[in-house]
Amino acid sequence: MSSKEQVVQSILEVAREMNESLARRIDIERGEDAPLFGKEGVLDSLGLVSFIVAVEQALDESLGVTVTLADERAVSQRASPFRTVGALADYVVAQTTGQHD
Amino acid sequence: MTDSVTVVTGSRKGIGRFLAEHALAVGGIVVGCSRDESDLRHDHYEHCRVDISDESAVIQFFSNVRKKHGRVDHLINCAGVASMNHSLLTPGKSFRAIYETNVFGTFYCSREAAKLMQKRHYGRIVNFSTVAVPLKLDGEAAYVSSKAAVVALTEVMARELAPFGITVNALGPTPIETDLIRGVPKDRIDTLVGRQAIPRFGTFDDVANVIDFFLSCDSGFVTGQTAYLGGV
Repeated sequence: MSSKEQVVQSILEVAREMNESLARRIDIERGEDAPLFGKEGVLDSLGLVSFIVAVEQALDESLGVTVTLADERAVSQRASPFRTVGALADYVVAQTTGQHD
Repeated sequence: MTDSVTVVTGSRKGIGRFLAEHALAVGGIVVGCSRDESDLRHDHYEHCRVDISDESAVIQFFSNVRKKHGRVDHLINCAGVASMNHSLLTPGKSFRAIYETNVFGTFYCSREAAKLMQKRHYGRIVNFSTVAVPLKLDGEAAYVSSKAAVVALTEVMARELAPFGITVNALGPTPIETDLIRGVPKDRIDTLVGRQAIPRFGTFDDVANVIDFFLSCDSGFVTGQTAYLGGV
């Protein structure tokens, strides 16, 4: 299992790369609180798809973790795991330890 | 493209084998897969044993392709199974097995390949349907309906993947003399071929011609289409 800090760093690295092609950038200075998708988020639905795929690949490459992030559980959660970097990291850690809310 | 990476499923024999060799002749790297080992040897060919109906195996396969090559330019979803059975005599198990390879397998491979393609904003996916769909061939309910699902999947994925620069098209070949139709009675095949505008068996070259068109860099405005051979 990977620590949340490692996962956060992987997600922020993806955000950093993705920012190069985004008109509105992900505010990576805010770290875990950086909004991704939703009310304050900068990603549109297609951007979110690309972001999720990139995070899945980054986790596989850097941490050797294979996860499917956009499954039914993610979509059905009341508080979207895609709202911030930290929420997504929590979701990844919960997935890799088999715990879900 | 000489530095391209082409993935061909079902590349051990039949059309898949021919298309793998065809892609190698065109240039670039070809990664083939099938449930069994292949005897195809080429400096630019790699073969992996993968059951495409196994989702985690497909994910692992494309993960390996990404780690080794970092890209996929073309995916040719050739792997498929057929079954000749009246619907009243088709066990659910057989029906499910056909869908698991023809529909789920095509979907898993397309999804994982598209994840790699979208990063470079370029990709070509070609699926395999059959003329038996528009000809509504009786006696093959499971096979024909699975290939109709492939057409629908092609059309919807074409729309979903267009923003990522990925085209998704399908080819519907006529009967070709391969293992796939070996178990089908000759009179049934003759009847099917007789309903084509050009009543002859298809050839591998007929298939490659359409594949080349769909894979071409110049075909970026062609997506969501199913090209049936033989005139149906």
